[in-house]
Amino acid sequence: MMRLLPYCAAALLALLGAMLAGIAIGETPVAPSVVLRVLANNLWDAGYPVDPIDAGIIWNYRLTRTLVAAACGAGLATCGVILQALLRNPLAEPYLLGLSAGASTGAVAVALLGLGGAALSMSGGAFIGALAAFGLVLLLSRASGAGGGNAQVILAGIAGSQLFSALTAFLITKSATAEQARGILFWLLGNLSGVRWPSVWLAVPVALLGLAVCLWHRRTLDAFTFGADSAASLGIPVRRSQLLLISCAALVTAVMVSIVGAIGFVGLVIPHALRLLLGTGHSRLLPASALGGALFLISADILSRTLIPGQVIPVGVVTALIGAPLFALILVSRRGRA
Amino acid sequence: MTNLNTVNLAPLSCRGLGLRLGGNDLLEAVELEVIAGETLGVVGPNGSGKSTLLKLLAGLLKPSSGEVQLLGQPLARMPRRQIAQVLALVEQQADTSDAISVYDAVALGRTPWLSALAPYSPEDRRIVEQALTDLDALHLRQRLWHSLSGGERQRVHIARALAQRPSVLLLDEPTNHLDIQHQLSLLQQVQALPVTTLVALHDLNQALTCDRLAVLDQGRLVALGKPHEVLTPERLLCTFGVHAHYLTDPYDGARILRFRAP
Repeated sequence: MMRLLPYCAAALLALLGAMLAGIAIGETPVAPSVVLRVLANNLWDAGYPVDPIDAGIIWNYRLTRTLVAAACGAGLATCGVILQALLRNPLAEPYLLGLSAGASTGAVAVALLGLGGAALSMSGGAFIGALAAFGLVLLLSRASGAGGGNAQVILAGIAGSQLFSALTAFLITKSATAEQARGILFWLLGNLSGVRWPSVWLAVPVALLGLAVCLWHRRTLDAFTFGADSAASLGIPVRRSQLLLISCAALVTAVMVSIVGAIGFVGLVIPHALRLLLGTGHSRLLPASALGGALFLISADILSRTLIPGQVIPVGVVTALIGAPLFALILVSRRGRA
Repeated sequence: MTNLNTVNLAPLSCRGLGLRLGGNDLLEAVELEVIAGETLGVVGPNGSGKSTLLKLLAGLLKPSSGEVQLLGQPLARMPRRQIAQVLALVEQQADTSDAISVYDAVALGRTPWLSALAPYSPEDRRIVEQALTDLDALHLRQRLWHSLSGGERQRVHIARALAQRPSVLLLDEPTNHLDIQHQLSLLQQVQALPVTTLVALHDLNQALTCDRLAVLDQGRLVALGKPHEVLTPERLLCTFGVHAHYLTDPYDGARILRFRAP
C-alpha cells in the first residue's frame, strides 16, 4: 500500500493543478491567488476580501464547470476501459451501445415535441433516451446470438445507433426551426456551459461510484484478456459480470451524456493511450484512465473557451480535434509493435 | 492441491451427455468416467465432437441432455469460481491483442483464488513461478505475449491453467501448430504433471502414449480403453477411414501405427 502513496499524491496534485488552471483560465482570466482565496472563502469561511463578481464567476461558473468536466472525463474513460476489456474490441467506446444516439433522440424529442411537458428537461429526456437505446441494443444482442457474443453486441450497438441517429435527424428536419437546430447541434457536440452545482452533485458521485464498482471487479476485467471462454475457465461468471459491468458503464455514460451531451473520443482514446503506457492490469489502468480522462477533458474545456476569443467551441469538437490524431497515432504505433 | 487419494469417486464424469444445436447432434449420449491421476486421450476425426466434449466437461457449454459431475457434484449447480478451483481448461486458440507479459498472463490463473479484497500474495507468486518452471517457461516471464512463438504461447496457456492449481486439467489439442520437438516435449511435460488430465489429440501415435483413450465418432463415444486395445485396425478403418497396422520399432520395441489411404 505504501508504494501507491507517491502515485496517489502525484495524481491528486495533477488533478488539482489542472482544476486550478481550468478555473483561472477563461475569457476573463483570474489570478490563481484570487481563485484560491475564493475557494478558501467558500470552503471554510476564510474571509479574504475578494471582488463579489469574481467570486460568483469562480464559485458558480468556473468551478462547477471544471468539476463536471473532470467527472465526465473520468466517467467516460472508465466506461471505455470496461467496454474495451469486456468486448475485446479496440474500437469499443462508451457510445458504442447506442447511448449517445439514444440520448440525442431523447433530448430532441423533449426540446422539439415538448414530450413529458414541464416535468422533463432536455437532460432528463437524454437520460431516458440513452437508457431506452441501451435496452434495445441489449435485447437485440440477446435475441441475435445464443451467448450474446461480442460481435452480436457490437453489431446490435451499431444498428441501435443508426436507428436513433436517424430518428434524431428525422425529428430535426421535421419540426426544428433553424435556431432550434443550431442549439440542438451545439448540445449534441458536447456543452459544459450550462452546468451548475446540481450537475456537480450528480456527475461527481456517479463517476466515483462507477470507478469504485470497476475497481472492485478489476480481476474480472483482467480475466477477459484471453476472451470470454478463458474468463469462464478462470472462474468468472461471464454473463452476469458482463451484464453488470456493461450496465454500469451504460448508466454512467447516460448520466454524463444527459449533463453535457455526447463528448466523443475521451472514452476511446484515453484507455488506449494509457494501456500503451501502463500495460493491461486493470488495478492500475482504471484509476489512471479516470485521471487521464479528467485531465484530458479539463484541458479540452480550457481550449474550447480560449481558442477563439469571445466564442465557445463545443468541447466535443475540441476532444475530437485532439483525439482523432492521437487515436491515429496509437493505431500506427500498435501496428509497429504487432 | 485437492487431495483425491481419500476419494474413490471419479474426479470428472458424465452421463448421457449430449448437445444439440440447430437440429444437429454435436454430441450424443456420452458416458465417461475419468480415473484419478490418469492421462485420458480423446481422439476422433475432424468434427467428431472433441472440442465440444471438452467445453461441456468444463461447463462452458450447457448440455442439452445428461449431466457432468465434478468430484461427484453436478457441474451445472456449482458456481464458476468453485469449478475453476478444481478444473482448468486450455483452449485451442486463445489469443489477445493486449501487450500482456508472460508472468501476468500466467498470474491470471490465480483469479479463482483471489477476491476483490484479497491481495496477490507471496504464495500466489510462488505458485505462478512454479507453474512457469513446470512448463520450462520461467525465462520467458518478462516477455510480451505478441513476441512469443506458437509453442511458447501454448506453454504459457498451460502454465496459466496449472497456476489455478486444478486437480483436473482439460487440454484441447495442445500440440497443434507446434514443431515436432515441441510436440514431444510438451506431451511429455503434460503427462508428467501430477494432475488428472484429459487431452484431445490429433496425432494417433502420440495418443498411444496416453493411459487410456476415448474415441469419438460423429458425436458418439465409440470406444474407451487401453490405447492398443482401442485403436484396432478395424476401429481405425471404421472411424477414421484409413487402413492401419502396427509396426514394432526395433530401436525400443515400441508399437507404432502406420496408415494407408483406403
